[in-house]
Amino acid sequence: MNSYHLDHLQYLETEAIHIIREVAAEFDRPCLMFTGGKDSICLVRLAEKSFRPSNIPMPFLNIDTGHHFPELNEFRDRRAKEVGVKLIIRYVEDAIKSGAAIPRPGEISRNQLQIPTLLAAIEEFQFDCNIGGGRRDEEKARAKERFFSPRNAFGQWDEKNQRPEIWNIYNARVNPGENMRVFPLSNWTEMDVWQYIKRENLEVPRIYLSHQRKCVRRRGQWLPVTDLLPPKPNEEVKELTVRVRTIGDIISTGMVESPADSVEDIIAEIATARVTERGSRADDRASEAAMEDRKKAGYF
Amino acid sequence: MPHTQHPVEILRLNTCGSVDDGKSTLIGRLLYDSKNLMEDQLEALERSADITGGGQINLANLTDGLRAEREQGITIDVAYRYFATPRRKFIVADTPGHVQYTRNMVTGASTANLSIVLVDARQGVTEQTRRHTYLAALLGIPHLVIAINKMDLVNWSEERFLEIRDEIEDFIPKLDVFRDVKFIPLSALNGDNVVTSSKHTPWYQGPALLGHLETVHIASDWNLNALRFPVQWVNRPNNPRDAQLHDFRGLSGQIVGGIARKDQTVIVLPAGLKSTLKEIWTYDGVLTEAFCPQSVTFCLADDIDISRGDMIVGLENLPGCGADLHARICWMHQKPLQPGRKFFFKHTTQTTQAVITSLESRINMATFEPEPQPPALAMNDIGVLRLKISKPIVFDGYSTNRLTGSFILIEQGTNTTVAAGMLSPPTEAVKPEYTDFAI
Ligand SMILES: Nc1nc2c(ncn2[C@@H]2O[C@H](COP(=O)(O)OP(=O)(O)O)[C@@H](O)[C@H]2O)c(=O)[nH]1
Repeated sequence: MNSYHLDHLQYLETEAIHIIREVAAEFDRPCLMFTGGKDSICLVRLAEKSFRPSNIPMPFLNIDTGHHFPELNEFRDRRAKEVGVKLIIRYVEDAIKSGAAIPRPGEISRNQLQIPTLLAAIEEFQFDCNIGGGRRDEEKARAKERFFSPRNAFGQWDEKNQRPEIWNIYNARVNPGENMRVFPLSNWTEMDVWQYIKRENLEVPRIYLSHQRKCVRRRGQWLPVTDLLPPKPNEEVKELTVRVRTIGDIISTGMVESPADSVEDIIAEIATARVTERGSRADDRASEAAMEDRKKAGYF
Repeated sequence: MPHTQHPVEILRLNTCGSVDDGKSTLIGRLLYDSKNLMEDQLEALERSADITGGGQINLANLTDGLRAEREQGITIDVAYRYFATPRRKFIVADTPGHVQYTRNMVTGASTANLSIVLVDARQGVTEQTRRHTYLAALLGIPHLVIAINKMDLVNWSEERFLEIRDEIEDFIPKLDVFRDVKFIPLSALNGDNVVTSSKHTPWYQGPALLGHLETVHIASDWNLNALRFPVQWVNRPNNPRDAQLHDFRGLSGQIVGGIARKDQTVIVLPAGLKSTLKEIWTYDGVLTEAFCPQSVTFCLADDIDISRGDMIVGLENLPGCGADLHARICWMHQKPLQPGRKFFFKHTTQTTQAVITSLESRINMATFEPEPQPPALAMNDIGVLRLKISKPIVFDGYSTNRLTGSFILIEQGTNTTVAAGMLSPPTEAVKPEYTDFAI
């Protein structure tokens, strides 16, 4: 092996930087979806690497369902300040009030309602491109997603009509009213993300690390007990040592029992894990095609 | 997933074969036997086995992504899979075999280090096998594996294996572009010679497929001979308060060929201006050397007017520069391509307009001979053509550098990507009439 050689993280990094810079060069009004979750933490570091010493030339956008973990939002706000980027937050609650998002009768989850809220934000700020932290290894429907994924005026993904992506030449052209979703981490796995967090020494929200929490057993998962999710009388409730592997809403994110309280421990844990990270999200378990349906409707 | 503290390389590969040759089963087998499947994936497999498979687990289901495909029972596009061993990480482009095959394979193979061409041992070499091998060669993929599958159905016959090997070796020399070609007898269904060596093939001395994927030499797959740096984004902090940043003029981009060294002389093309590479800036500190495919920021000694799409090169192995181009393309759109049509043309970080001036030939995919002057190119055709672009580009032949020798065509209006193009070597290198830059 010669010394002019990149290891896997360096390869994934240079690929992602190339893509993020293409976005800055080709779009007029891009934004970066920043949730505070582990994938978007990597995105932010990659954006720093792409543009420093200049400022990151795009705002961050977050759709707040109102069901977020409070620790996550605190981290999100602080991190945006640290890197000196304007953070735009749009709330599902407001979208419900304005009528942009309409809950189905009895619907508690805010997952579906993120979609109209996001589309309204895109409209409001005229974003022509949103960079997101989606990875192809997360879920089967994502395996076919492109780096540059055009959405029509309704934000919909048409998986039968995707543009071929050849070499490292990305077709970034969209017509007015259309919007591009770009996924620089497409080729990253969960392990790559954690190894990168370790190599770059990135801070992560506490909920990824082991802590004590009261949980309720529901459909084979431990869900966090909160005001939004009070246990029913016959349900099993336990105080457990847990962490999250992937973060969705506080009412649907399964907690995994884990003593891992450092990034090193998490890496070791994933190395021996026997379930994929999405296995802990109730929204994906509903049906094998759950993610595919949400993507077609404009989900990230 | 196995975990390692050592640096691991990434190997990108794609699988090719006709429908039912066993591609999905093979990928499923690689994931399954290298212990890259998780319990919930296995559970989902078992669930779908109960519903549709009569209780039998079907490894092919693992890689059949979307619902539309499940309903039609075919894979329709390119899907990417990831798995790792302690030695390497693998990115697999799974390209299905059917009508749209050429387009999908070109897409999946364009970034690959290695192609696996599947052959059904019962059927032997088919027109498809030749086509896939031809496309792998056309795309300049350095490493080729011919996986002779379903050996269990031909009684593990060494004669059959050798017969197929000889037939393929007969036409491979004509292609003469692969760094290495490996023939492996296997059964994807039963796992023979996929991850572990098979007891059914005592006559086969070579490695199992995974062992080969872990060890094939890929360190020299990138072009390190001639510096190529397409300027992607001009990095000007424009910060009046910070003295250092006030004057920072960076050129950000990815090195797509060669090695850059601090203080070396560079030429900015197409302008032909000479300067010195004063600093190679990165977020992690300045470098004395940077190489393909690193993403960095160049600072030059002189304040030259440079913008996105310009190319910075070294003094040796100069590229070509021109607006009249000769290329091979793969046409990817239902609407046939006729001469005279105009497109957007994207090459490295530059987009201009192009008009097809003439169609020279269309490759007959059965004989691989060119048929001169076709009236049009249909979807999935490979053709040779001339085109004129609205602004000269700096380029290399595709066989010299896959990244400076490739382009895409984009249809105006729909913005669809309609062709992948591979440039012929320039007839002459640029002769910049530069004088040393002076104000
Ligand atoms: N006997 C035998 N059958 C195989 C082998 N590999 C695949 N098959 C079967 O061939 C059929 C087609 O396989 P599949 O992986 O779906 O092919 P694809 O269309 O190339 O993805 C399935 O019924 C497989 O079970 C093998 O090595 N031996």
